[in-house]
Amino acid sequence: MAGCTCISPIFYRRNEMLLIEQILNGLLVGSYYTLLALGLSIIFSLGGVVNLAHGAFYACGAYLTVTITAQLGYSAAFLISPIMVGIIGIIIEMLCIRKLYPKDPILTLLFTFGLAMSAEQTFRLLFGASIIPFSIPEFLSGQIHIGDFLYSNYRLAILVVTALAIAGLWLLFNKTAFGLVVRAGVEDAEMVRAMGISVKPILSIVFAIGVGLAAIAGGMSASLMGVQPAMGNDILTAAFVICVLGGLGSFWGVVLAGLIVGVLKGVTAYYFPPAAEGSMYALMVLVLIFRPRGLLGERFARLE
Amino acid sequence: MKKKDTLPQTVNMTRRQMIKMGVGALAAGSLGFPAIISAASDTVRVGHITPRTGFLGTLGDYGFRGVNLAVEELNAAGGILGREVDLFTEDSVGSHMAPTKAQKLVERRKVHFLIGEISSGSAGGVMATANRLKTMYMQSGANSDALRGEKCNPFTFHVEACNTMYTKTIGNWQDRAGNVKGKNFYMLTADYAFGHDLARVSTRFLTEKGGKVMENELIATNTPDYSPYILKIKEAKPDFVYINLAGSDQTTFLKQYKEFGLPFNVSGGVMDTVPFWGAGIDSITGYWQSLWYHKMPTESSLAFAKAFRDKYKFPPDNQAWGDYVAVKIMAAAMNEAKSTDPAKVIPLLESGMEFDILKPRRGHFRKWDHSLLQQMFVVKVKDKDKMEDKWDIFEIVEPTPADNESLEVIQPTVEENACKMA
Repeated sequence: MAGCTCISPIFYRRNEMLLIEQILNGLLVGSYYTLLALGLSIIFSLGGVVNLAHGAFYACGAYLTVTITAQLGYSAAFLISPIMVGIIGIIIEMLCIRKLYPKDPILTLLFTFGLAMSAEQTFRLLFGASIIPFSIPEFLSGQIHIGDFLYSNYRLAILVVTALAIAGLWLLFNKTAFGLVVRAGVEDAEMVRAMGISVKPILSIVFAIGVGLAAIAGGMSASLMGVQPAMGNDILTAAFVICVLGGLGSFWGVVLAGLIVGVLKGVTAYYFPPAAEGSMYALMVLVLIFRPRGLLGERFARLE
Repeated sequence: MKKKDTLPQTVNMTRRQMIKMGVGALAAGSLGFPAIISAASDTVRVGHITPRTGFLGTLGDYGFRGVNLAVEELNAAGGILGREVDLFTEDSVGSHMAPTKAQKLVERRKVHFLIGEISSGSAGGVMATANRLKTMYMQSGANSDALRGEKCNPFTFHVEACNTMYTKTIGNWQDRAGNVKGKNFYMLTADYAFGHDLARVSTRFLTEKGGKVMENELIATNTPDYSPYILKIKEAKPDFVYINLAGSDQTTFLKQYKEFGLPFNVSGGVMDTVPFWGAGIDSITGYWQSLWYHKMPTESSLAFAKAFRDKYKFPPDNQAWGDYVAVKIMAAAMNEAKSTDPAKVIPLLESGMEFDILKPRRGHFRKWDHSLLQQMFVVKVKDKDKMEDKWDIFEIVEPTPADNESLEVIQPTVEENACKMA
């Protein structure tokens, strides 16, 4: 392979406008990464579960979106599939994960790892190994030109969905009685129980919300990438990196990290494409060296 | 396999274990795994190795089904040399695992020959293992020219077409249509052995014909988001976007390129049917190169497509074709040689013996590099309203080389890809 082909001839005449366009596009892509990682983060911070099956719920959301769209149309699929995945999440939480809370965290890790592999094979059995074609719905296709900048309507829709999800979650956890109990449960579950409030159903609901978010992300990615059994596995690492970068358990940390990763990938792709996918790992290493708890990480009593 | 000394345990198993095993057996059954019972010494044993997971896993699944169908048909027709054919399969995972898996098939399963692979990185390792263990290998899915060139060896034969063949097939067509000379090409290249090799031969071809490669971006496999590159393409304003991507990366790029609605045509150094099916008819346009397409109007080809479709409920792609044909070629050669011994079969394969490869013209192996001399096809994306079903995405425009041309026309020359069999 001739080395000269890697260094681009137009490398030297790139201007600031292009860089700004890449940064804005990166923020847009970053919002999608945030959506991926947010569910993983709240399940960990509130339930203490490192959910290696997060990608499986993401894939489940994509497959359900494809299946339901064929029957009831895209809008119905967009609403129904996260709810169905949430219900599946509650069932799995109540039947299996709940029993593992008091035990060694390695057990939930192993359980969710096994669940991810079983899910991938199940998708393969039910839907085949082929990539299922799924287009952007008609009403969201097309582009917007703003000056020289180009945006896809669909990605702007993802941005709106992510913003709504972030706002909704923040309100839920900070402005409602439910949120109060959840936050109290994170601080001191025993005290909450002593006050006569059962923590168990709270944890089930948190788990359902987390996997429901994964399903929304999966459903939205169905139009951007191929729907195939291994799709969940492909995004899991990225979601984890963003959680770790932002700081385990930090709500705004995940949002910040998602956006940073989006921008970083865009800018790296602009200057040196071969490093684009690797850039977020390099960033994670740097952040962990200087801030072991992540960008906005909090101190976790039970992890110290 | 359960051995005798473990039997008492299975007798005493609990209801739960029973259910688990039952579910497992059901799962294995519906996956279509072949019955792998201790191989009798009088069978002919085939070792299939290909990626079943990862970004090439969707293609690997088609290869797996192709090889299963071929073995089933062989056994229904009396096997090879009158002996039953036993199939052993492995997921090669990636280039770090593939050589070990190949070695396992040869040493533990005692296979008579290996077939398979898709990844050029893995295939290189399997080839080296086959050479070391003196086992024949029908390489049925990896495209890198280097495998037929500097890495070639006497035990490996290539059913899959190499990058140069794919490039020349579409390149000659586009050149005649005036789409190469003086045109600017913007390349996106998969950042591993296959992509590097393809970028090299594509650049050579396009430059020789008077085209210009304005940019070659190396992109990691499994990249989820192509928007930064699409924005760069928008600024560069090429005449053609030229993709050297593989597997599900093709799907992802084509879908997202469509999303941004840029006006530049897309062409590429390779085309696999499965990722194009995955991208869907709305995301693809133009002319492409094809190794084999399920609507190939020859008798044996249509019979294969029908048998495959009857068995699996969907049509075969070019990878299913590759693994299917590889087994059939080996069976024909062994029957002709009346032996499974590489010392007898290899000279026959090198002799120019012709095989029905489900194409209008029969194919044979070139002696000096073991490349299968065969036709390829220029295909055109079909009009949406003319599609018979969701798999009916192409119409075949013309075979290359044409009926009156030498099959060498699209092959790399000795100067382009020298091979010294070691």
